[in-house]
Amino acid sequence: MERFDAIVVGAGPAGSAAALTLARKGFSTLLVERGRSPGVKGMFGGRIYSWALHDLLPDWAKDCPVERYVVHENMAFLAEDTALTISFDSPKLGEGRSASFTALRAKFDSWLAKKAQEAGAVLVTGIRVDGLWQEDGRIRGVLVAPNDRVAADVVVIAEGATSVLTRSAGLKADLEPREVSVGVKETIELPAEAIQERFGLGDKEGAAFVFAGQASLGLRGGGFLYTNQSTISLGLVVSSEDLAREKVEIQEVQTRFRMHPAVQRWIRGGKVTEYSAHLVPELGAGMMPRLWGDGVLVAGDAAGFLINNGYTFRGVDLAIASGIAAGEAVEAARAAGGPRAANLQVYEKFLRSRNVLPDLERFRRAPLYMKNERLFDVYPRMLLEIAERLYTVDGSGKERLADIVLREAGAAEVPKWKLLLDLLQGARSM
Amino acid sequence: MSPADSNARPLRILVCIKQVPKAQELQVDPVTQTLKRVGVPSEINPPDANALEIALTLKDRHAAEVVVLSMGPTSFDESLERAVAMGADRAVLLTDRILGGSDTVPTAYALSETIQKIGGYDLILTGEETTDASTGHVGPGIAGHLDLPQITYVSEVRIVDGTVRARRTAEDGTEWWQTAMPSLCTVNFGCNKPRSPTLTGKIRVKRGGVIAHWSCADVGIDPKKVGLLNSPTIVAKVDTIRLPPRAGHIFSGEPKETVRALLEALIRDRVIAP
Repeated sequence: MERFDAIVVGAGPAGSAAALTLARKGFSTLLVERGRSPGVKGMFGGRIYSWALHDLLPDWAKDCPVERYVVHENMAFLAEDTALTISFDSPKLGEGRSASFTALRAKFDSWLAKKAQEAGAVLVTGIRVDGLWQEDGRIRGVLVAPNDRVAADVVVIAEGATSVLTRSAGLKADLEPREVSVGVKETIELPAEAIQERFGLGDKEGAAFVFAGQASLGLRGGGFLYTNQSTISLGLVVSSEDLAREKVEIQEVQTRFRMHPAVQRWIRGGKVTEYSAHLVPELGAGMMPRLWGDGVLVAGDAAGFLINNGYTFRGVDLAIASGIAAGEAVEAARAAGGPRAANLQVYEKFLRSRNVLPDLERFRRAPLYMKNERLFDVYPRMLLEIAERLYTVDGSGKERLADIVLREAGAAEVPKWKLLLDLLQGARSM
Repeated sequence: MSPADSNARPLRILVCIKQVPKAQELQVDPVTQTLKRVGVPSEINPPDANALEIALTLKDRHAAEVVVLSMGPTSFDESLERAVAMGADRAVLLTDRILGGSDTVPTAYALSETIQKIGGYDLILTGEETTDASTGHVGPGIAGHLDLPQITYVSEVRIVDGTVRARRTAEDGTEWWQTAMPSLCTVNFGCNKPRSPTLTGKIRVKRGGVIAHWSCADVGIDPKKVGLLNSPTIVAKVDTIRLPPRAGHIFSGEPKETVRALLEALIRDRVIAP
């Protein structure tokens, strides 16, 4: 039987970061991926915050398949056919540890997995790990078929949001609809020059948008747009509970979103070449599984390491940081006598020092706050009514700003105390 | 005592495979009238994959050793690696520039020499034919060179009391044949479902050392008997079948009317009977 010191399941950002860290520390490491190559089964919005990559590979920028560095941040509130957009431009956004960039998973994940291989990890693709090989209450390796098992001292589960193994290991209960959203994304082809012209971008510069309000037809969720080199990633994350309750298909929400004039102006003439959908863990620190057990650790999306606070969507950075932390924890556990649960507990310490848990806990309220339906329906509409009145001059007499705001707040049928409370909660959770 | 009963060494099964362009992706070069092989995804010749599956089933049952053999460029490693990942123990690739252009006569000769070099075989399996040339010559050719009994077009192979029993597909039914070992069988396309590669198998491939590359000199193949010049087959002409152009009529309107109009047109053009 084949055996390794460590097996990492899933060659996404978390898995490859873990395998790279383990291989560097001298562990014989197997990295198993279900897709034909890393990234082909991967799905995300499209942007990566680079700080964790800095820690893993200080010279990542040399050959990392970056599409564009994001230097234009936008937040757009949509109503039926109007939009209010707040923009922030800064060349500094694309520099140093705080740089974020757009990427395509098929390229990025393959690149990162190759780094793990170069460090000595054995990468096997096209194999779906069906289960964990458990004996006497601890993990002995992985199972693909009854006569196809591979042994290891420790297994790092980095299998993504559906978290089948995590659940089968008893580290996590079955997913509830309220715990997951549905993410959809279309890849829209446009010439690089057209993208740069439209968004006012330089060669390697990129733009990012988050959309609220009618983007999700008032359902809880939001939209995003990222510019790649010669494609645009356009998509939505919508509460699966709301979709089920309203009996709406996510494709319909996406089509309406795509047809909105404020979206059309960016993608006009483009060709949709890809469509993908995926589960998105939604409750942040609230839905975290047990992160370690006897001979097992959980990292990345499988662990629910995702932050959506309304203005930033973060997953890949937390995945990479948790992968590094998992590698560090396995090393520390070996020094302490082996990967038993008691020794692997140091994982939490490394997740703290790598800033995964602190950030998740800081935004723990955000998911709950983001569940406030007024945020997706009433308030965006209110904002847009105000904007419309502000900018409409038709000779029928102009009101002062304060009058408009007060009247619109009244018209929205939200008691003022509730409005104040929402504002306060929002400020605290963001 | 037959090899199967012997405890001295496990049964050794050789499987001859060829790497071919994927059937769905087949394209003929309009100029040279030969199959395009560059830039087209490849696969194990499907009947050879069925032969491999029979070998692996026998391995499961009799703890046999399965050695896969092929002749061709080093790009064939892809298929040999897949065969090992599926469960074969090791693979040999006969690869040499002087083999280029060989037809079925030199190929059967070169493979039989390679098989003798591997040695110790009890059973040789090949596909009934390849999907890219469809001659069906090579399996019987090898049996001829090695002077082995052969059973062609088999869909099932059993090893019983040191003999081979195989179910042969005949035109009017099936026949069961029995022969001593060593012997050779050619295997029907589609007679089983070849298994998927395993994690253990893929790891073995990654660890390396499972494929040996041999040249003609390594095997002792006579250069005067191989290559294009020593191949009697001449491909005089290849025609591609061209589909007649489509009429391109579009019928629109009420579904009932549209269907009626379509049926009338099909009957008028004698596509279907009234």
